Amino acid sequence: MSRGARIWAVEIAAVAASIVIFWIPLYFVVLTAMKSAPEASLMNLAWPSKIELWQNVKDVIRFGDFMLLRAFWNSSLLTVLSIAAMVIFCSMAAFVMQRRNDKATPWISFFVLAGLIIPPAIVPTIWVLDEIHLFKTMAGLVLVEVALGFPFCVLLYRGFMAAIPREIDEAAVVDGYGAFRLFFTIILPLLQPVTATIIVTQSVTIFNDFTNPLYFFPGAKNVTVQLTLYNYTSQFVSQWNLLFANILLITIPPLALFIFFNKRIVAGMTAGSVKG
Amino acid sequence: MSKVFKRIYTYQFLLPAAIVYTVIFIVPTLMSFFFSLTRWTLSDWDFIGLRNFTTFFKEPSLSIGFKNTFIYAVVTCSLKVVGGLLLGVFLTGKIKTKDYLRSVVFFPTLVSTIAVGITFSMMMHPTEGLINTTLARFGIEGPDWLGDTRIALLSVAMVDVWKGVGFATIIYIAGILSIPEDYYEALQIDGGGAWNKFWSIIVPLSRPATNAVIILAFIGGLRSFDLIWAMTQGGPGFATDVIASIIYKQYQGGFYGLSTAGNVILFLFVSILVFPLSRYLNRKEVDL
Repeated sequence: MSRGARIWAVEIAAVAASIVIFWIPLYFVVLTAMKSAPEASLMNLAWPSKIELWQNVKDVIRFGDFMLLRAFWNSSLLTVLSIAAMVIFCSMAAFVMQRRNDKATPWISFFVLAGLIIPPAIVPTIWVLDEIHLFKTMAGLVLVEVALGFPFCVLLYRGFMAAIPREIDEAAVVDGYGAFRLFFTIILPLLQPVTATIIVTQSVTIFNDFTNPLYFFPGAKNVTVQLTLYNYTSQFVSQWNLLFANILLITIPPLALFIFFNKRIVAGMTAGSVKG
Repeated sequence: MSKVFKRIYTYQFLLPAAIVYTVIFIVPTLMSFFFSLTRWTLSDWDFIGLRNFTTFFKEPSLSIGFKNTFIYAVVTCSLKVVGGLLLGVFLTGKIKTKDYLRSVVFFPTLVSTIAVGITFSMMMHPTEGLINTTLARFGIEGPDWLGDTRIALLSVAMVDVWKGVGFATIIYIAGILSIPEDYYEALQIDGGGAWNKFWSIIVPLSRPATNAVIILAFIGGLRSFDLIWAMTQGGPGFATDVIASIIYKQYQGGFYGLSTAGNVILFLFVSILVFPLSRYLNRKEVDL
């Protein structure tokens, strides 16, 4: 085979493999969400005899007194509040940790980076949240997401901050800027590329988070989108169509984000992930 | 450091994050060492010494978690390293469809783990599932992926790799793209082929990427909970129970002390494996 033909063969094989491995599961989800309950339970790739997507979506939204809408509201609120707090708190902390150089800084870094490795202690966290009356509250769950995202965000912010010359700080000080004005009017805007990476990656992580809401946000009213999906697995044993309509609905936000920021996510990940 | 800069780089900036991190992460971590030694109802506790730990190690249903956690972490981590490297090399090569393929490989990273778990457990259904009905067409009788105690853990691990290999690939793409062109040119002058290029340049020089993937995937594997819970809930029997799912089961059962002991064990398990590993990998990296 000639070189050109071989390259073509490789390309075609790769695209074919991507269809089998990645598109078929997605197609399966969409297809099942369009079927009636009996047809969905056959679990195959046959085209539905009648498309019932809209009916399934309506059914799954109505289920449990519009629980899914409440879940969407909770998940969105959780994501927005956590990201806002995370960006402000972590960029401020990273600024001091990167710039300051005294006896305490290596210790602070150690404690923060340890958070990337150590699994959170769950029941004691519930106990602490309970003591400060934030267990089963949105505020409590936001604090958990911020605390657990803090080490990763600091790592990204610090790496980027190292490239911002200190001369900028010095010039600002000469001009009579105080710490807060320097940070919020000069440094924070310069951090925008990392902030964008953090917003995109962390919002997907938090929106898709299952474990933390499961532990720290129990109760019928406190449901998030991932919990609805999990709860439905027991409710909808014979109604796979509704379960998959739910999967489809809760996949739309991350999917939209992905389509919108595709290039940026990949570029941001590559910039932040490896130092070499 | 001058006084001016101490004032500019004030620790006040660290305060909000430090308070949240200390109260929500550090304090519970430290308290877990104490509460793991108690019989605990959240409002009341009884000091019982190391009894939770002896229970953990004696009961087969609990101690199986160690073995499973370790197997799961090693399998998912090594497949992500190999898969990520190969895909990374392929997707930095001269192919026209690489933008499309990069996006497709990365996409599962963004989908909810629970959704992935439910979808694949349906596709892995022993008789009706898509995988086995397809295999049957080729005359192969597929196994009961999630119902057979011997392979259930590996089946879940495969899905984990499906979901996570895109992340490893992205890290490798970054690592490979940062290798200077000179190396390839030198190899061409010396008359090396594609195989030499892979073994003598790409593999050693993407070492930082390899280290990052190993550490991230290994920690992720040791701590993983949601995919396993969505697909098997630890079953059949205890075949897919990992330490994290045991922690949840004990918590559900109201055994808070025992659950916290599980947390301490996971803490020690992760630390004992990951700190030496990262130190070893970093030492190797300096040699380059």
